[in-house]
Amino acid sequence: MKLVKHLFVICSLLLVTSAHAEKITVAAAADLKFAMDEIATGFKQSHPGHDLEVVYGSSGKFHTQIQQGAPYDLYFSADIGYPRELAKKGFAASEVKPYAIGRIVLWSNSMDAAKMTLAVLADPKIARIAIANPKHAPYGKRAEEALRSAGLWDKVQSKLVFGENISQTAQFVLSGNAQVGIIALSLALNPELSKHGGYYLIPDKLHEPLEQGYVITKRGAGKPLAKIFSDYMGSKQARRVMTKYGFVLPGEKAGI
Amino acid sequence: MLLSDSDIQSIWLTIRLALVVTVILLIAGTPIAWWLTRSKSRLKGPIGAVVALPLVLPPSVLGFYLLLAMGPNGPVGHLTKALGIGALPFTFWGLVVASVFYSMPFMVQPLQNAFESIGDRPMEVAATLGASPLDAFFTVALPLARPGFLTASVMTFAHTVGEFGVVLMIGGNIPGVSRVASVQIYDHVEALEYGQAHRMAAVMLIFSFLVLLALYAWRPSTLKMAKRD
Repeated sequence: MKLVKHLFVICSLLLVTSAHAEKITVAAAADLKFAMDEIATGFKQSHPGHDLEVVYGSSGKFHTQIQQGAPYDLYFSADIGYPRELAKKGFAASEVKPYAIGRIVLWSNSMDAAKMTLAVLADPKIARIAIANPKHAPYGKRAEEALRSAGLWDKVQSKLVFGENISQTAQFVLSGNAQVGIIALSLALNPELSKHGGYYLIPDKLHEPLEQGYVITKRGAGKPLAKIFSDYMGSKQARRVMTKYGFVLPGEKAGI
Repeated sequence: MLLSDSDIQSIWLTIRLALVVTVILLIAGTPIAWWLTRSKSRLKGPIGAVVALPLVLPPSVLGFYLLLAMGPNGPVGHLTKALGIGALPFTFWGLVVASVFYSMPFMVQPLQNAFESIGDRPMEVAATLGASPLDAFFTVALPLARPGFLTASVMTFAHTVGEFGVVLMIGGNIPGVSRVASVQIYDHVEALEYGQAHRMAAVMLIFSFLVLLALYAWRPSTLKMAKRD
């Protein structure tokens, strides 16, 4: 009996730990991995006592999960269409705010991508090209559009491998399993990747803009911290980080 | 049409993968299971543990190691490139290699149980009648362990069909090559195509249930064996 009591106490201790602190959880598209990490660190420094957790994944998955009651207070999507749809269905507690325009680049671990153009992809020496899954990943959709506009889709289709999200796509290239990939500029600019190779910025004329947007979810509605973080995204510090990672901010011209 | 062409393609691919893996593991797993049953070697414990590892390891661990090992810069990748096969990730045979590891315990453990339940006696009798160990294995042990082979094959097949994490990490989601049924369902869900996801998921659910039902109807003792594992 004593043992049962002990177990019960231990279990309840495990359950109650994170109940009190002011804390929000942010669901962010995989292309924000490095930028949002930095923004979150900056936010915690300038707002001591507040806690913020960021979860990264594919925008489409978060869109589904939030509708099923996932515990995310803010949702940063790589495609502004997803949060707009959530808002339409009543899952949002704020207006949908655009926060950046994303760019896609060619990136390689084994070749100098800075000297490449899209046409290189048709070269038989390149056996595998990684892109994000165009079926549901915003960066994958834009990659497909760019390849189609460049008239390369049919030539390269048999070489394509599809990452579940843009991070996995980059990881396919980083591990050398695909020689080239079309990934987010924000990832290519991260030191972890940029020390392995340069990038070629794919002209944005070739694809629809990657307009990205975020929203405070219904779950975050009652939390002041969600609003504070939303405001922080417009701050000079946060905007500086976003620019550093190659995002074009709303109301700004591309200047890379 | 209930299922789209790409759905059906993914199902065929899954069946092909599971069949190939089951055949390979029948050939490779039988001697391992036999050795684990009969050996008195000190290596028995460690090797048994390695075989059982995929039961407890997260698929991401296996996927991560395999991706690096089989990639062009990994040890296995160097070997396959030297043999002229090229790197294995994103290929059907890459999935086969991964699944052989991943499904190994589902072949070896039921076989080992079957061999153990035969005991030493029939083998000793065969030996006194002048049968060589190899003869005794094929004419005595194999027939006696037949139900174990059935269980092991069905479990291996079904477990390979149910694979997801490892495939997601090393498959690259290529239609007809590595987009297996589980990944196809995942893609449907991600793309918010719930109707298609539902139909595929129902197919998988019914398949899995029927497989297990058939197995338990055939061999009620399988339940007991599964518990012993």
